[in-house]
Amino acid sequence: MCLGIPVKIMKISDSLADVETGGVVRQASLALVEDVRVGDFVILHAGFAIQKVDEQEAMETLRLLKGIGICGL
Amino acid sequence: MRFVDEFCDPKLAKGLIEAINGLVDREMVLMEVCGTHTVSIFKHGIRNLLAPFIKLVSGPGCPVCVTAAQDIDKAVWFSRQRDVILATFGDMIRVPGTTASLEKQRAKGRDIRVVYSVLDALDIARSNPTKRVVFLGIGFETTAPGIALSIHLAKEQGLENFFVYSCHKLIPPAMKALLESGEVRIDGFICPGHVSTIIGARPYKFIAEQYHIPCVITGFEPVDILQAILMLVKAREKARVEIQYSRAVKPEGNVVAQQILAEIFEPIDAAWRGIGVIPDSGLKIRQKYSRFDASMAFEMPQDVNRVEADLSGCICGKILRGMATPPDCLLFGKACTIEEPIGACMVSSEGTCAAYYKYMLVTNDKRVDKRGRV
Ligand code: SF4
Repeated sequence: MCLGIPVKIMKISDSLADVETGGVVRQASLALVEDVRVGDFVILHAGFAIQKVDEQEAMETLRLLKGIGICGL
Repeated sequence: MRFVDEFCDPKLAKGLIEAINGLVDREMVLMEVCGTHTVSIFKHGIRNLLAPFIKLVSGPGCPVCVTAAQDIDKAVWFSRQRDVILATFGDMIRVPGTTASLEKQRAKGRDIRVVYSVLDALDIARSNPTKRVVFLGIGFETTAPGIALSIHLAKEQGLENFFVYSCHKLIPPAMKALLESGEVRIDGFICPGHVSTIIGARPYKFIAEQYHIPCVITGFEPVDILQAILMLVKAREKARVEIQYSRAVKPEGNVVAQQILAEIFEPIDAAWRGIGVIPDSGLKIRQKYSRFDASMAFEMPQDVNRVEADLSGCICGKILRGMATPPDCLLFGKACTIEEPIGACMVSSEGTCAAYYKYMLVTNDKRVDKRGRV
């Protein structure tokens, strides 16, 4: 029920956006997020964007994990 | 899918599993609180990968499963009232109350609609001005802000036929209740990612500080979960709250969502299925917005509030507290299946019984043992 998926913002009109994932476009409310732009990824939950996905943080996590893969710790 | 595939990389997963197995030398019981984690853990076979030292148990994190039977009874009562359209999320309609489910009511011709978003329920109210639309609001902190916003919008737009019956629940008070009960040993919490997107890290601090149990806010892909387990193993000696799912969770959470939640709702004691009443673990619509509160706007007879003993033999309550696993239930895989569920933990796609049943491919003549082996 708390399922949320990362979707890409394609178009914004007022507080509604067209968002896309896996080729499917649907509508999402942007009323709960600030400072989002076309091209950003947001977590979509039950029709609402609940947070912007932080690309930098995602890269940083992956960088760290790749280190674990190499040296085992 | 972007931000998903990268966190499913088998090479990264392998490195993490080796790191965990290299560090852990005694049993650690970790509870994943959220139903979405339960499903992911089963789907990717994570339990078996980390045996024997890491033991994963599921907690009360499926909102459909923890909705009390009395609340379903009330929803059924609303659906029977004249000119009412009852709207709610998918899995809810199959959940049994003490006597009936919403699905059964729908079969009898009641107007019950499944919506994807509460905004759809607002649309239904707008296009049916002669009807009263009651939205059965369930969900945790992730879902409640959207429902709060719908009430705010209904007020702004002067919608007079939209009502919410709020059964929302809060996760940290439930974690506290579990710890206070002392019924189950927990050495670390895999904290829910999307609940935390809203509330941030601070609400879990008491768990690390008062109970000395580490908490890691975790994403939902296999690599996320494995990384969180590694973090929990490392934090064994010095409990703290950490965020693994940093791409979607800020330490302070989503402030806009928190504000709208606080504007519309206030905490109230709430009944959880199989657990009982937990102090300040629910959300009540504030007086200022009581016009939209279905429990105020309708006059419900007292007998809808009666609590009947559950005679079915379902042990969802124990499962939701991490005290039992589905194979401990005599009905599991026999009288109770995904096709014909008896309890809420089997009805909900995120319920622990449904996850066991689906991913362990248990059939009527095959049972899994307590360690989860078929
Ligand atoms: S298997 Fe069915 S009856 Fe048994 S605890 Fe799970 S939901 Fe309840």
